[in-house]
Amino acid sequence: MLWACILLPQLALDGVLRRHATPDEPLVLVDGPVQRRVLRAVNAAAKAQGLRAGLPLATAQAICARFAVVEHDPAETTRWHDFLAAWAYRYGAQVSRQMPASLLIEVEASFRLFGPWPRMEALLREDLTALGFRHRIALAPNPWAARALAGVHDGLVITHDAPLNQALGQLPVERAGLPPEAADSLRRMGLRRLAQVYALPRAALGRRVGTETLGQLDRLTGALATPLDCYQPPDHFESRIEFNYEVGATGQLLFPLRRMTGDLAAYLAGRDGGVQRFVLRLEHERGAATEVPVGLLAPERDGGMLFELARGRLDLVQLAAPVRALQLIARELPPFVPAGRDLFDVRPQQAVPWEQLRERLRARLGDEAVHGLSIHADHRPERAWRDHGESAGAPPLPRPGWLLPQPIPLRDREPRILAGPERVESGWWDGDVRRDYYVIETSAGQRAWAYCPVGEREGFMLHGWFA
Amino acid sequence: MSNVVALDHLFDARRLWRGQPQAHAPSRQPTGFPLLDAALPGGGWPEGVLSEVLLPLDGIGELGLLWPTLARLTQAGGRVALIAPPYLPFPAAWANAGVRLDRLQIVRAEPRDVPWATEQCLRSAACAAVLCWPHQADDRTLRRLQLAAETGQCLGIAMRPASVAVHASPAALRLVLEARPARLRVLKCRGGNPPAQPLPWPLPTGAPSEPVPDSPAATVADRA
Repeated sequence: MLWACILLPQLALDGVLRRHATPDEPLVLVDGPVQRRVLRAVNAAAKAQGLRAGLPLATAQAICARFAVVEHDPAETTRWHDFLAAWAYRYGAQVSRQMPASLLIEVEASFRLFGPWPRMEALLREDLTALGFRHRIALAPNPWAARALAGVHDGLVITHDAPLNQALGQLPVERAGLPPEAADSLRRMGLRRLAQVYALPRAALGRRVGTETLGQLDRLTGALATPLDCYQPPDHFESRIEFNYEVGATGQLLFPLRRMTGDLAAYLAGRDGGVQRFVLRLEHERGAATEVPVGLLAPERDGGMLFELARGRLDLVQLAAPVRALQLIARELPPFVPAGRDLFDVRPQQAVPWEQLRERLRARLGDEAVHGLSIHADHRPERAWRDHGESAGAPPLPRPGWLLPQPIPLRDREPRILAGPERVESGWWDGDVRRDYYVIETSAGQRAWAYCPVGEREGFMLHGWFA
Repeated sequence: MSNVVALDHLFDARRLWRGQPQAHAPSRQPTGFPLLDAALPGGGWPEGVLSEVLLPLDGIGELGLLWPTLARLTQAGGRVALIAPPYLPFPAAWANAGVRLDRLQIVRAEPRDVPWATEQCLRSAACAAVLCWPHQADDRTLRRLQLAAETGQCLGIAMRPASVAVHASPAALRLVLEARPARLRVLKCRGGNPPAQPLPWPLPTGAPSEPVPDSPAATVADRA
């Protein structure tokens, strides 16, 4: 087994920055009690101004005149951690987010699918960069060593035990993931690197630092195998963005929406699934949230398409009040089956598959706008059709090409009856209909399908056109 | 003071060139009516462009003009989109005309959305034919649809009222149906001169569509 560790040194900050409209302006994350705010993380622009993590907020304000302050939200960071675990799940079946700010993936089983490690590493880095998370990656034969080595050397690759022991020997004691007080006491004994620690007699060392530290030292070399809690992807996707200003137009929601649909697509690709229905919730300061359902007729998972469809639905929304937060909830995640294509299919440029075209039309024109047509076996013409499903057989009777949705009186000076009557009756139990249908030529030369009450030959109601 | 010059001299002096009648690739979209095919330059619907069918009234056999084409396309597995049809297509009649109903898609749209929906369908290459009923289409809109039809290599047909016949249109083919007397005129066809004589309507076909007992139309068809 080979474990890749993806260390996310700036997880909380990256989570905030990727949703921030101006990530290039100075921005800091703060936490701590109200009277003593401390900078927890700073972005590159703030660092250039001389700010750094650990400064009190008051000091930072004295150093730099203008910077954005964002409250650190541990729950939000946990959500990002989960999101990335869901993403990593597509690269390996065993993913663990047990260790803080890092992901561990068992990758050896995936080499046959993604190619050897250098190529796979490039894929991981490309994805993380696109998602907007800074990262360090290391590969080692066990997860604990991978985690410890990722902290000191980005891009380190170790596949065998001998180089692993050598690399661990070089590791500073305080970077080995040992309990802090144990690492401290080892340092005070004059032990700087792990090689010196491993050289000590084990029993004596155990008495000094305790069994927990001994366990960690054994886990690093792989001598002690401790199972990790593996990540199980959830069965629904939720994502939420709060704005620190009021959004008055749906157009301003497009930027965060593009991010969200992109995240949803990444999550779906990890599950190898699709989405059939999701809801956009626009939360207001007061009053109920506006819900914008986005329903598809078939599962989809392409990020660009999901964005386009959500945007189409959002364009139709009239905002009653400014929006304070946007939430995307997807609960129906059926399996995704890509459409089959002919290899030698010659298609013009800009070709769009029908499913995508249909969703595009529905997004703008309404959910009921696109439908099919089928014959329903019923004598009454107005009920002899359905907008979906299989067709019954067509009766070989004269039937008009156009049917009027509602019959209207036929106004004509001298209608000429060409054929008829054809009696249409339904039972008394079922909306008693008794009509005689005639094919009529109007004085203008049109051929109409009209009916009148049984036995009469006037008061025609126009019901269709022989077009 | 007229100066008579024999054309031969001009030809010999290479000062006058004789134009060649442009040979047209035969259309792969026969209309299903031999008479109409013979009257059109490509021998059928012009491909990858927008055609217009102009109607003075509803119910004068306008669908009969299209059904053979739609039946051929849908039976070959092509998809046909109807954008904002004025009435409900009555499935029994369409099925009797040979149209495969499961390949038919109806798109309901507000008048202002009809050009947009038509353009999307034409451009997508997902449909074999797109029929639309634009309420009001100006020159610019029609030009856009024309371009979209070229992009998607799609048979586009716009059904418009006969009153617009007096206005110019970028459509490659313009047909007018007339009710009294029943006849079909070709107003314009790109790549050739429209026939001077109107064609009889209904046109004779290999297979009669939509037989109506005792209809005078049947006798017209026999005479043609």
